[in-house]
Amino acid sequence: MEVVLPFVIGSLYAMAIYMLLRRSLVKLLIGLGLLSHASNLLIFTAAGLTRSKAPVIALTADQLQPPHADPLPQALILTAIVISFGVTAFALALAYRAYRSADTDDLDQMKSTDA
Amino acid sequence: MNRSLVLPIVIPLLTAVLCLLFFRKPQIQRWVSVIGAMALLVVSLWTLRFIWDEGIQAVQIGNWPAPFGITLVADLFSAVMIVLAGVLGLAVAVYSLDSVDAQRQAFGYHPLMHFLLMGVCGAFLTGDLFNLYVWFEVMLMASFVLLALGGERGQMEGAIKYVTLNLLSSAIFLAALGLLYGLAGTLNMADLARKFASSATASSNAIVTALSMLFLGAFGIKAAIFPLFFWLPASYHTPPVAVTALFSGLLTKVGVYSLIRVFTLIFIQEFDYTHTLLLVIAGLTMITGVLGAVAQNEMRRLLSFHIISQIGYPLMGLGIFTPLGLAAAVYFVFHVSLAKSTLFLISGVIGRLRGTFDLKKLGGLYKAQAWLAALFLTAALSLAGLPPSSGFFAKLSLVQAGLGQGQFVIVAISLGVSLLTLFSMIKIWNEVFWKRPPVLEDVDGGEITLQRDWTWLAPILFLVGLTLLISFGIGPAFEIAAQAGRQLMTPQLYIQAVLGGGR
Repeated sequence: MEVVLPFVIGSLYAMAIYMLLRRSLVKLLIGLGLLSHASNLLIFTAAGLTRSKAPVIALTADQLQPPHADPLPQALILTAIVISFGVTAFALALAYRAYRSADTDDLDQMKSTDA
Repeated sequence: MNRSLVLPIVIPLLTAVLCLLFFRKPQIQRWVSVIGAMALLVVSLWTLRFIWDEGIQAVQIGNWPAPFGITLVADLFSAVMIVLAGVLGLAVAVYSLDSVDAQRQAFGYHPLMHFLLMGVCGAFLTGDLFNLYVWFEVMLMASFVLLALGGERGQMEGAIKYVTLNLLSSAIFLAALGLLYGLAGTLNMADLARKFASSATASSNAIVTALSMLFLGAFGIKAAIFPLFFWLPASYHTPPVAVTALFSGLLTKVGVYSLIRVFTLIFIQEFDYTHTLLLVIAGLTMITGVLGAVAQNEMRRLLSFHIISQIGYPLMGLGIFTPLGLAAAVYFVFHVSLAKSTLFLISGVIGRLRGTFDLKKLGGLYKAQAWLAALFLTAALSLAGLPPSSGFFAKLSLVQAGLGQGQFVIVAISLGVSLLTLFSMIKIWNEVFWKRPPVLEDVDGGEITLQRDWTWLAPILFLVGLTLLISFGIGPAFEIAAQAGRQLMTPQLYIQAVLGGGR
C-alpha cells in the first residue's frame, strides 16, 4: 500500500490542478473536490500505514501494545472531510448563482471586477 | 482563572446563536449584535490586561493534558490581536446598522459577522496547528457567505475567485499538516517547537524547512503576500463597505499572525534561509502592492491594493527577526488595521454622499464636508507614516530594527514604498476632496450629520481616536508591543506555559 498510495495521491493532485486550470466553472469545482481528497489521502499515508491492528487495548493488557494503527490521522481526516463537504456544498450553490448572474460558466468572461 | 481565555471565542458564538434565534426579527438582531461586539471588546481588553500582568497563559480544553488535547494559549501578541478583533468588531457592528441594506440584514448578516469574529479569535488563541486549520475554516466559511450575501454580479465573480484561492490555500495547509504529523507525531505548536529544537540535525532541518515552505504558501495566500495576492483586489471591493472594512482589518492579519507564529516558534532551524526569503517576499509585496494601488481609479480597489502593500511591513519585521523587529511588526499590524479600516469606512461615507467610488467622478468634498476631509487626512497620513502618527513610529522602529541588522535593501524599499503610499493617498485627497467637482447628474446623498447619522460617523471617530491614542501614547503602546516581541523571540516561555516547566 505504501508504494501504491503515493502514486494515487500524486495523480489526484495532478488531476485536481489540471481541472483547476480549466476555464469551466464546474470543472473548477471538480478540481477543488479532488484537491481535498488528495490532501486527505496524504494525511492518511504520511502518518504511516499499519494494517489490521486496531488501536484497542486488549482485555489482558493495561496499555496499548505496539504495533497499532494511529487513530489520530483518521480523526483529522474525518474533520477535514466534514469541512470540505460543507465548503463544497457552498461552492456549488455559489457557482450556480454566479452562472445565473453572469450568464456564463466561462471563467474568462468573469472579469468585470478586475477592470 | 485562565479558563476565561475561552471567552473571546464563546462571546461571539453566543451572540451569533442569539442572532439566529431572532432570525425573523432583524431589529432585535441589530442590538444583540452591537451588545455582543461591546462585550467582546471589554473581554479582549480584560484579556490583554490579564496577560500583561500574568505572562503567557494556557488552558487545556477538557482537561486533556498537552500535547494530547487542544490547548488555547494567549501570549501578548495573541492578546493584542484579540483586542484588534474586538475594536474592529464593535466599529463595524455599529457601522453596519445603517450602511448595510435591510435585505442583507434580514438574511443573516449579523450572525455571520459574529461567526467570523469567533473564527478570527479562535485562530489567534489556539495552540494547536490542526485546530488553527479548523478556525481558519470557520472564519472562511463566514467570510465566503458575507462576501456573496446580496448576490450582485460583481460579488459573485469576486466570491468565485476568493473561494477558489482560499480553498486552495486550505488544501495546501492540510497537506502540510499531514506531512508534519507524519514527521513529528504531534501538531501541538509548543510540542513541535520542543521536538524540533531537541532533535536538530542537518538532514531533519532540511525536511522541516521544506515543510515550512508549504506553510508559507498556505498562510501566504491568506495573508495576500507576493505573488499570491490576486484574489484580494478582485474581490474585496465587491461587498458592502462594512464587510470590506472588517475583512481588510482582520482576515489578512490572521494570515500574518499565523506566519509570525510558526516562523518564530516552530520553523526557526534554518532562519538564514527562511527569514531571508521572508524579507525578499516582504520587499516584493510592498512594491507590487503600492504600484498596483497607484494605477487604480476606484477608491476601494486602490485601498485594497494598499492592504497588500502594507502586509509587507510586518513580514519585514518577521524577516529581520530581532525583538525590536517583531515588536515593530506587532505594533504595525495593530496600527495598519485601524488606519485601513478607517479609510474603508470613510470611503463608504463618500460613496453614500456621492453615489460613486470612482475618483474621476468625485470632487469638492473638502468644501462640502471639511470634517470628513480631516478624518480622512488623519488616517491617510498615518497609513503613509508621517510624524507624529502611529504609522511613523511603526515604520521608524522597523527601519531601526533593519538598520541594526544591516538589512539596508529592505529598509530602502520600505522607505520608498512609504513615499509611494503617501503619493497615492494624496491622489485620493486631490481627486475626492480638493479638485472642483465634475458636472454630472446630481446624485447628492444629502447632508450627513452626527446627530442623525451617528452609526456612520461614530465608528470612524472611534477608530481615528484610537489611532491618535496609539500615536500620542506611543510610550505605553510600544511597551506592550516590545514585550510581545520579546515573548515571540523567547519560544521557551511559550513552550513552558503550554507543556509546564517539568518537561
